[in-house]
Amino acid sequence: MSGFFKSSIGRKVAMALSAFFLMFFLIMHVSINLLSVFSADTFNEASHFMGTNWLVQFIMQPVLILGVVFHFVLGFILEIRNKKAQGVKYAKNNGAANSTWMSRNMILSGFVILAFILLHFIDFWFPEINHKYIEVLPEDPTRYFGELQHKFMSPLRVGAYVVAFVLLGLHLGHGFTSAFQSMGITAGRKKTLQSIGKIYAIIIPAAFIFIALFHHFNH
Amino acid sequence: MKLTLKIWRQKSASDKGKLVDYKVDDVSSDMSFLEMLDVLNQDLIDKNEEPIAFDHDCREGICGMCSMFINGRAHGPDRSITVCQLHMRSFKDGDTIYIEPWRAAAFPVIKDLIVDRSAFDRIQQAGGFISVNTSGNTQDANGTLISKHAADTAMDAATCIGCGACVATCKNSSAMLFVGAKVSQYALLPQGQIEAADRVRNMVAQMDLEGFGNCTNTGACEIECPKGISLDNIARMNRELMKANLN
Repeated sequence: MSGFFKSSIGRKVAMALSAFFLMFFLIMHVSINLLSVFSADTFNEASHFMGTNWLVQFIMQPVLILGVVFHFVLGFILEIRNKKAQGVKYAKNNGAANSTWMSRNMILSGFVILAFILLHFIDFWFPEINHKYIEVLPEDPTRYFGELQHKFMSPLRVGAYVVAFVLLGLHLGHGFTSAFQSMGITAGRKKTLQSIGKIYAIIIPAAFIFIALFHHFNH
Repeated sequence: MKLTLKIWRQKSASDKGKLVDYKVDDVSSDMSFLEMLDVLNQDLIDKNEEPIAFDHDCREGICGMCSMFINGRAHGPDRSITVCQLHMRSFKDGDTIYIEPWRAAAFPVIKDLIVDRSAFDRIQQAGGFISVNTSGNTQDANGTLISKHAADTAMDAATCIGCGACVATCKNSSAMLFVGAKVSQYALLPQGQIEAADRVRNMVAQMDLEGFGNCTNTGACEIECPKGISLDNIARMNRELMKANLN
């Protein structure tokens, strides 16, 4: 089986499996974040649970970080190999005639998402790790909602989040069906998967954008 | 019609090559694209200049030899055709037309617009066949029952002419539509089952060895394929390789 993952198709499958994992994580993340729109207490409760549960902290969180790093590194390696396979570039190439912009620019949207993840880590993850494991400050289960609202006061940060989520939408717009195609499970259900993919790629980023704007205008 | 042609000229595989401008007058809209190039070549011969080397054979959309990237698209602006089926009525008087060879590291340019597509032959030789006894004991064609759907889908895959437009148009120079079609054509039929696992493993290994890129599912190959080979064939090849490695 190790030989399989060294083949071009094996690498596609590995990209697709990590994409499925990350797409599932996005549903979980946006669901918890949406709680902040409806109830500060419920959001605090959910965040406190996620922030203190050992299974989430010491198993799921490292697996998630590994998943993100794996997806990005493999995507970058495949991009370099594909560039090498191209040889000389065409003097005139009308890519728009046969494929979508988002399908041709997954590496670009991927880089923007990666930059956003770094910003997101600086904003939320590093302070959280510092709070819990470096300075070991006393845990206040009601602090999460206030911290969230504080972060979204800055219009610059909200703007950066909106741009990143638009690019995430474009990345998912191609990535969702592409992952199913790589797994070889599109035949006969291509249109259904494309429709679900479009809905997923619009709803998830739109919900994140809504949350950021909601807290910006309601703090 | 009067046209300006920007054509890739390259003396040999080791030459750097460049785009050269040519003016052509009195082009009839009824001419095929290759006939227009024939007229240009006759002019060049009359002027004691080297004619443009380009591949062509059947001139009826079957052989897949006429490999040209025209105005940024494999086989030019129209859908589901080869260059020999492209007519000058698809262009306007005064147009500038870019004519380039297929671009892919696995398809090196031999001369001008001719590229070496022998990588496809080697992939085919790696497993694109079935082993049958042909020494006078050939089975009756109706001896093995095949569903109409399977026969039709296998025939659709078998219409691939191996022209290389899928590689030429792919931003990754991936050959997966070609290999997917060749794997599918046998995977769908009972006769192809015996060697199915070895076939897909060997053909994919040869494809990787030839230096083709990896498919990122843009779908450009399906759009530009003159025979309309479906992306479903790539999905089937992926399934076949997973199945071969799981067993």
